[in-house]
Amino acid sequence: MMDTLTSTPVLIITLAAIASYASRGLGALLSGRINPDSAVVDWITCVTYALMAGMVVRMIALPIGALTTTPDWMRLVATLIGLAAFFISRRNVGVGVAAGSLTLAVLTWQAGFA
Amino acid sequence: MVSIFLNVGYAWAMMDSPQTQVLKYTTVKAAFWGGVREAAGVPMMIMGASFVGFGTMIKGMEWSVWHALYSTLSTWALPGQIAMAEMAAGGAPLLAIVLAVGFINARLLPMVASMLPHVRRPGVPGWVYYALAMIIAATSWVGVMRRLPDLSADQKLPFLAGFGLLLYCGSPLFTVAGYLLAGTVPLPVTLALVFLNPLYFMVLFLVDMRNPTRVWALAFGAVLGPLTFLIIPDWSLIVTGLIGGTGAWALGRRLKARTTP
Repeated sequence: MMDTLTSTPVLIITLAAIASYASRGLGALLSGRINPDSAVVDWITCVTYALMAGMVVRMIALPIGALTTTPDWMRLVATLIGLAAFFISRRNVGVGVAAGSLTLAVLTWQAGFA
Repeated sequence: MVSIFLNVGYAWAMMDSPQTQVLKYTTVKAAFWGGVREAAGVPMMIMGASFVGFGTMIKGMEWSVWHALYSTLSTWALPGQIAMAEMAAGGAPLLAIVLAVGFINARLLPMVASMLPHVRRPGVPGWVYYALAMIIAATSWVGVMRRLPDLSADQKLPFLAGFGLLLYCGSPLFTVAGYLLAGTVPLPVTLALVFLNPLYFMVLFLVDMRNPTRVWALAFGAVLGPLTFLIIPDWSLIVTGLIGGTGAWALGRRLKARTTP
């Protein structure tokens, strides 16, 4: 019983790790022979961008886990403030992330989350 | 510092920016510690915060702290780890998870392939390069690539080793810190830590928006992500990436072909 519960995450993590190292190992093998500006590399980048953008929007708009307890508007306001701080600070990643996260902390704290 | 995560082209541009400080180390050992020192600042802070977020997320999924540690040490590429956790928490099938992680981390291939020729030295055994590949991820790639022109040929490898090893060795500490913090701090702080992840990737993508193809890929993905989730939740991210990404890529090529005679 315990086995089936714990083996699944280990299997998922192991396969994810193999899928990640595959790219690194192949990169080492091909180093010097692959053109970083090639069409294939460009396509991989585009797929990754779309996939990650979809994931980010989903994590904010339709979250799973702890964030499901927060109202939609709080996550929206925190996201917008994070974005505003990011652009005002001339695209400083640290400032944008800190501002957005702090906003969510303050909003939830004000609303009595504990 | 971590101004790009996935855009290989941007850091090439960064390398052309004037260097404020020429790095001259007297010994190979000094070059290694120089790499450690350089990684210890902003790169470590930003990467650390995102691994804290990952630890918090794993805690929220009720996986053990060992799972969080195992993932960080074996994968060591945060976007893929977050996607794995997010999809596993949502109950996506194993094949979809592995495919998504494989795609997201495929960007490591050109990063490793473009980094290693610079640090290659005669007499260094081949396995060293396969080990070095493990400590090449977005943060170390950008941080080291921009310094390579300042380093002499024998100092590049130790500099990369020092830079990457500090980040690699630091990441499990941040992961565990996030995991432990999630249970003990007030709920608003936990929520803020979990919220670090989507925010981090969102702004990371917005750092460099000069390439219109990438911007379309982001826009298509942002629309398709929630939409496909409502129709085919299990495969939504894969479908989003393939359709949105391929669409943006094809559009970019078509427009490029039209503008260049």
